[in-house]
Amino acid sequence: MITKEEVEHVGWLARIRIDETKSDAYAGKLNSVLDYFGQLDKVDTEDVPPTYHVMDIVNVFRKDEVTESMPQDAVLSNTEYRKEGNFKTPKII
Amino acid sequence: MVYENPDGVKIGLEVHVQLNKLKTKLFCGCSTDYHNDEPNTHVCPVCLGLPGSLPVINERAVEFAIRIGLALSCEIVEQTQFHRKNYYYPDLPKGFQTTQYDYPIASKGKVIIEGEDGERVIRITRAHMEEDPGRLQHIGTIEKSKGTLINYNRSGMTLIEIVSEPDMRSPKEARRYLDKLRSILDYLDVFNGDLEGAMRVDANVSVFGGERVEIKNISSFKGAERALLYEIMRQKNHVRRGGEIVMETRHFDEARGVTISMRTKEAEHDYRYFPEPDLVPLRVAERAPEIQKALPELPDARRERFLRQYEMSNMHARALTNEIKVADFYEDVAGKVNPKDAAVWVADILRGELNYRDLGIDAFAAKDIVTIIELVTENRITEQSGVEVIRTILDHGGKPQDIVKDKGLLKVEDDIVAKAVKEAIAENPEAVTDYLGGKEKSLNFVVGKVMQKTKGRADAREVRERLVKDLNDQS
Repeated sequence: MITKEEVEHVGWLARIRIDETKSDAYAGKLNSVLDYFGQLDKVDTEDVPPTYHVMDIVNVFRKDEVTESMPQDAVLSNTEYRKEGNFKTPKII
Repeated sequence: MVYENPDGVKIGLEVHVQLNKLKTKLFCGCSTDYHNDEPNTHVCPVCLGLPGSLPVINERAVEFAIRIGLALSCEIVEQTQFHRKNYYYPDLPKGFQTTQYDYPIASKGKVIIEGEDGERVIRITRAHMEEDPGRLQHIGTIEKSKGTLINYNRSGMTLIEIVSEPDMRSPKEARRYLDKLRSILDYLDVFNGDLEGAMRVDANVSVFGGERVEIKNISSFKGAERALLYEIMRQKNHVRRGGEIVMETRHFDEARGVTISMRTKEAEHDYRYFPEPDLVPLRVAERAPEIQKALPELPDARRERFLRQYEMSNMHARALTNEIKVADFYEDVAGKVNPKDAAVWVADILRGELNYRDLGIDAFAAKDIVTIIELVTENRITEQSGVEVIRTILDHGGKPQDIVKDKGLLKVEDDIVAKAVKEAIAENPEAVTDYLGGKEKSLNFVVGKVMQKTKGRADAREVRERLVKDLNDQS
């Protein structure tokens, strides 16, 4: 069961502000999603190896060869907050 | 003697090693050679985490990781998969770090160090691959910062995180472990440890079987030793006053030499690890035997070989094999002169002079030390002059032969000494008669005369021997 507090905590982890009046409703909706997927718990998976990837391929590599990076201007083009080639943000601890 | 560990100190270390000898980052082709470049000039949509970009694993990074795992006597995992470790912090623009989680590429290894009471095995829990975050720089001091600057050049660099068991019992053992790890990594040629941020350390420490405290923000090996010394003292004092140690993360303040509590709201389960869907699994264990075969000779093996092959002391073998550059230098020299002379000159004399000046072995040319050793062993300059030549080269530069000539260090030629001895005997019959009559001290007078004639550049001991021989032959 997901509680109102858990919804708020997850909201904080994702840095999404959750309106207090709505967190109960979100908890209810999330619980119904979990219940729906909960049906899967009834399947016997005792001898089934865990699936890490839906595609049956492994070892996709690239060679250690340099490709061109983006120009600094393009890198910073999505922000007006910049200083000496860096992204500039408010104070971060 | 057995080390008692009176305070029950247990130290475990997490070391992040940046594989900066790779040409490109872990998941994209951006160049790793950013250290002298402008901010944000070695980035692309992948390491910026732009929507729609797809990471692809650098094959050589995987080989390097296996190489490190094998060098630490680890087992290499059959199959592994990268995970997303979710957290919001602007050092990673994607909102998660791509890392290995439940199946690290290497685990269950060991490193042997010189412990408090002889050889000690430090167990390696795991070594896993992950990407380095970008670099944050606070404007002004961290307390009064007006903002933060972010440079993503480092973002996406390949890191290997090497986690040890809490097998170290003192800050000194922790330091030895770090030095040994660095030595092994240098031998493997996977990173340049001199570059900024190439090796970063987090330490876990507990006393008297209490909870462990994690120390972050350690920027050097010396810093690790200092941070641990402080933290052990703090925990002991706290317990002595009746306090209880709580599990927490503390921040090492290098300038003040203290650790400060950091409040973190995120617990392990808050990272919400899940398999990275953009990367397919790695099945690489079958590559291990081939990589094992190609492993270079590692420090412990090289030390053993030096002991056997060059018949040197254990102390010399250790001093000469800790750093691969020193070991290569020594073998270069030992191939040209007597290896035993080479061991003394390189391990004791040259290294002493280099350490005194805080210089590495790169600061001296192997061919110069060969010349100096030859000059000394051929008896053309004294040992003391040899040391003087080394000092002169380090402080002022120059070539050994020129320095010997400029400073007049050459011992006087044999025939000149022989001539001076003959003259001195002929010119001082009274002293000679006194000596032959049993007055030992009279010989000193004749030795002095020879030294005068050779302007002090003959070896007094040799002059004396030659005089005794000549006089005995005469009588």
